[in-house]
Amino acid sequence: MNDRIDRLRRESFETEPSISIERALLETAFYRENYGKHSLPVLRALVFKDLCEKKTLWLGDGELIVGERGPRPKCVPTFPELTCHSAEDLRVLNSRPMTRYHVSEEDIAAYEREVIPYWTGRSMRDRVFSQVPDEWRAAYESGLFTEFMEQRAPGHTALDGTIYSTGMLDFKTRIADRLARLDYLHDPLASDRAEQLRAMDIACDAAIVFAERHADLAWDKAKTEADPVRKAELTRIAEVCRRVPAHAPRNFWEALQMYWFVHLGTITELNGWDAMTPGHLDQHLAPFYERGLADGTLTREKAKELLCCLWIKVNNHPAPPKVGVTAKESGTYNDFTNINLGGLRRDGSDGVSDVSYLILEVVDELRLLQPQTSVHVSQKTPDAFLKAAARVIKNGYGYPSVFNTDAVVMEQIRVGKTVEDAREGGCSGCIETGAFGKEAYILTGYLNVPKVLELALNDGRDQLTGRQIGPNTGDPLAFANFDDLYGAFTRQLEWVVDLKVRVNNYIERMYAAHSPAPFLSTVIHDCIENGLDYYNGGPRYNTNYIQCCGIGTVTDSLSAIKTHVFDTAAVPMDRLLSSLRANFDGAEALRLKLWNKTPFFGNDDDRADDIMRRVYDSLFTAIDGRPNTKGTAYHLNMLSTTCHVYFGKMLGASANGRLAHLPESDGTSPSHGADRNGPTAVVKSLSKMDQIKSGGTLLNQRFLPDVLKSDQDLDKLCRLIRTYFRLNGHHIQFNVVDTETLRHAQANPDEYRNLLVRVAGYSDYFVDLDLDHQEEIIRRTEQEMA
Amino acid sequence: MHLHKLLLEEANNIHYQILMPSTNTSGTIFAIKRYALHDGPDLRVTVFLKGCPLSCLWCHNPEGMRPGTQILSLPDRCVGCGECLTACPQGALSAGPASVRRDAGACTACGTCAETCPALAHEALGRSWTVAEVMAEIEKELPFFEGSQGGVTFSGGEPLAQPDFLEALLAACVRLGVHRAVDTSGFATAETALRIARHTDLFLFDLKHMDPAAHRRATGVDNAPILANLRLLAEAGARVQLRLPLIPGFNDGDENIRQTGLLAASLPGVHGIDVLPYHATAKGKYAKLGLPYPGADIPAADPQQTERAAEILRNCGLTVRIGG
Repeated sequence: MNDRIDRLRRESFETEPSISIERALLETAFYRENYGKHSLPVLRALVFKDLCEKKTLWLGDGELIVGERGPRPKCVPTFPELTCHSAEDLRVLNSRPMTRYHVSEEDIAAYEREVIPYWTGRSMRDRVFSQVPDEWRAAYESGLFTEFMEQRAPGHTALDGTIYSTGMLDFKTRIADRLARLDYLHDPLASDRAEQLRAMDIACDAAIVFAERHADLAWDKAKTEADPVRKAELTRIAEVCRRVPAHAPRNFWEALQMYWFVHLGTITELNGWDAMTPGHLDQHLAPFYERGLADGTLTREKAKELLCCLWIKVNNHPAPPKVGVTAKESGTYNDFTNINLGGLRRDGSDGVSDVSYLILEVVDELRLLQPQTSVHVSQKTPDAFLKAAARVIKNGYGYPSVFNTDAVVMEQIRVGKTVEDAREGGCSGCIETGAFGKEAYILTGYLNVPKVLELALNDGRDQLTGRQIGPNTGDPLAFANFDDLYGAFTRQLEWVVDLKVRVNNYIERMYAAHSPAPFLSTVIHDCIENGLDYYNGGPRYNTNYIQCCGIGTVTDSLSAIKTHVFDTAAVPMDRLLSSLRANFDGAEALRLKLWNKTPFFGNDDDRADDIMRRVYDSLFTAIDGRPNTKGTAYHLNMLSTTCHVYFGKMLGASANGRLAHLPESDGTSPSHGADRNGPTAVVKSLSKMDQIKSGGTLLNQRFLPDVLKSDQDLDKLCRLIRTYFRLNGHHIQFNVVDTETLRHAQANPDEYRNLLVRVAGYSDYFVDLDLDHQEEIIRRTEQEMA
Repeated sequence: MHLHKLLLEEANNIHYQILMPSTNTSGTIFAIKRYALHDGPDLRVTVFLKGCPLSCLWCHNPEGMRPGTQILSLPDRCVGCGECLTACPQGALSAGPASVRRDAGACTACGTCAETCPALAHEALGRSWTVAEVMAEIEKELPFFEGSQGGVTFSGGEPLAQPDFLEALLAACVRLGVHRAVDTSGFATAETALRIARHTDLFLFDLKHMDPAAHRRATGVDNAPILANLRLLAEAGARVQLRLPLIPGFNDGDENIRQTGLLAASLPGVHGIDVLPYHATAKGKYAKLGLPYPGADIPAADPQQTERAAEILRNCGLTVRIGG
């Protein structure tokens, strides 16, 4: 790490997040003036252009890659058109102990005066909540599911290689061509398409303006810069910004700046979930890198420095904080930029190049929160690359996570994508599979599967509040056998998925109609050709995911009931139910029996794993193939991010001996402490899930540093990974840190500011997590070797 | 060619046809550990056979010393539910002041209390397993062995102390095509050592002391059969990986290390030795077993002394690994 990178990294690391109200003020003024004058797509494009023309720019000392979403690093704008912070929200954000966002009283006053009055009742969140049925609201409030689109726009956007060969001017030519081919005689949507295409055209202009302004700024700074070296750099920056994104990049530097402008454009236009990732960045950059080395215009060191600059840029962008009930609870949040390394190229050849190794070095040296990095391993991936990744994993920042390319390709072919598009795809956000640059794969919300079982055990009532939430599926005391119980569970499941999909389809149409994203649509195939927005079925592929949480907890609970209530009949159902309702108060022996004497998921024990398979099949049947609003379908995803902690809080005591309010199992990992036979047994249990039928699974494994000491230990880790992948596992990730370190970090947060741990599909700073999450990380089974 | 080598080769040629391992044979096992990283090449599953003729002062698996099942009571865990009192078929348990009292005379170590107790306050150390049961566990791990040297390691206790069971297990592993290692003290009859060698790919062979008297003092047995078996196995062409647990104040003197090195270097097919520095990690296990830790006086390993021993061994022409 050279001095420049060291300084920029430190600045990025040490700057505390703050909130900028500039975007909100500009946008509100624009809406007040212009709402109703244009079609919605054109209005949104004009808002975006207005922001690009007026927003405060930043060009920091020593920067090589330029551009910030806010007026300075780590300064986050708000998106009141989606969800409008109240003055109270802003005050909480300014004062909460964890990951505080600075915002001045003056700005809060301006927000109250200018922004809040306009958006009250007009924000997407307000509009959505004004329409949802009471039944949905009751289920939502009981923690049965979450709804993504009440806080941020649908997102999950990853790019393919298009922008490295196509400038905004080229996109404009394509748009003009498509406009010229519109068939107003036979296509009833022709004029809608025309509005969308015009909006995309305006969005391209906006991106060019934004870059030109940076070029001007760099040029002005160059004129007065005394240091000749920096003067030359600033001149070069100006040259790069005149070139991209208007034109396709010609070299490594321009390629990185091209991506960064597109990234900034999408996260300025809207605040999408898992907002943006370059996808297979190593593959995209490899030709520029090789050409630069060959013609002498680039060195390995220079390439590394530029990559570091991009990494720091991404790290400068924490996500806008949430609003409402979650403002206090939700710790850090980021845009989940997940850069894929390795994998396969479009033609099926191995995707690993020198750039892949170079990026691993960057990741290892910078140790930043964002972007996340994942390595993608196919049968063709050299062992040397996996081993190089293992050396980074060993250092214990929780990344890179490891994905099975062959499984990811199969998952996509199953749902009808071409093999080439599938190979160009990968995983973004945490673990979600998609065809990069060609697909809108929208996460719609998490489903609390253990809560579904809780409803079945309470005839549809919430065990914690007694409120009737779901349908009456029978008094459990009347269940004659396990199948009766399971039948009640699947009926509750069908009901909740119906409810979730019904409301989600409505929300999706709201976004399509009121909040199109013309800039994002421009860079995703085939929105231009279809003349449709990213949110309106424009992309080549459109997928909705429902993310199912707590498979470990629900499997273990069902296994406990099957074993003790039905098979051995040692525990009468009424005793179990009353103990659950009493949170095992006075029933510790029963709780221990359930916890210690039940076959649990994660031990390669078919008695439990067969139940997991049955639950997984029920989830698949309930979700997969349901029509969405875009003529395509919902699919199953097995991801919890941090939601298993929230869902656990909303869940009463469960039959696996878990006390009320404690976290559920995360992702597709076993319940904390339930896996007692080591990582190979966990991997075997997981492999019994037909993961190819999902859009991703998530397996967390915590290793103590001792286990990964020697080179041979790393070989053994690689063998564990390879074997899991041969058994069609989708993903695995490792926390390498010992309990003592974590306890010490809890007690002395200042000494451990940069202790990164794997939280879910991403890493976070341990000391920034709230106590529940910290405890949860500590509880995750230590795969400790005697 | 040496007679034993001929015997071994002949056996290797024919045992695929003649060995129909008896899956009903049973023996006592106290643990099966998956993802074992340090018991042989690549990923291993390690099967710990219970019972050992030695009683080394530093033994790190004291729960494996005595043959047969032992019942361990952990009163701290007891929640006083009383389920074990009614479950015990011998009526050997009664309610005590803080926990459960066991009548040692009446207890047959049948393990019912351990099966019953919800709080895991009774623990059965070891139980009888049939070969078929053990193989079912091993087979679960097969995917991790493919394309590698990974496989099964039989450890203990002393695996050679249950020769019929061990042989049946090894033979069953041969049928699965799984790599087989045996972690042994070498204390057995020559007949047993050769019988086991027919089905074993690798011996992890501990050398504790060259001097018979010192060996007897610290382990309770003579080292003569151990040294004889070592030479027998090496000359019969068995693959032997030597391991020297380096116990401060016991076997780390220069002369013993030199003697060990000279012996190792004289064995056909042996080119290296692993030096395993002493750790007092088993202390907690002794406490749990209610036993005094006999190694309490052993000082902590001294890295300089370890390096000194390694140097002496290298000077004997051996490749030395520390740890292993």
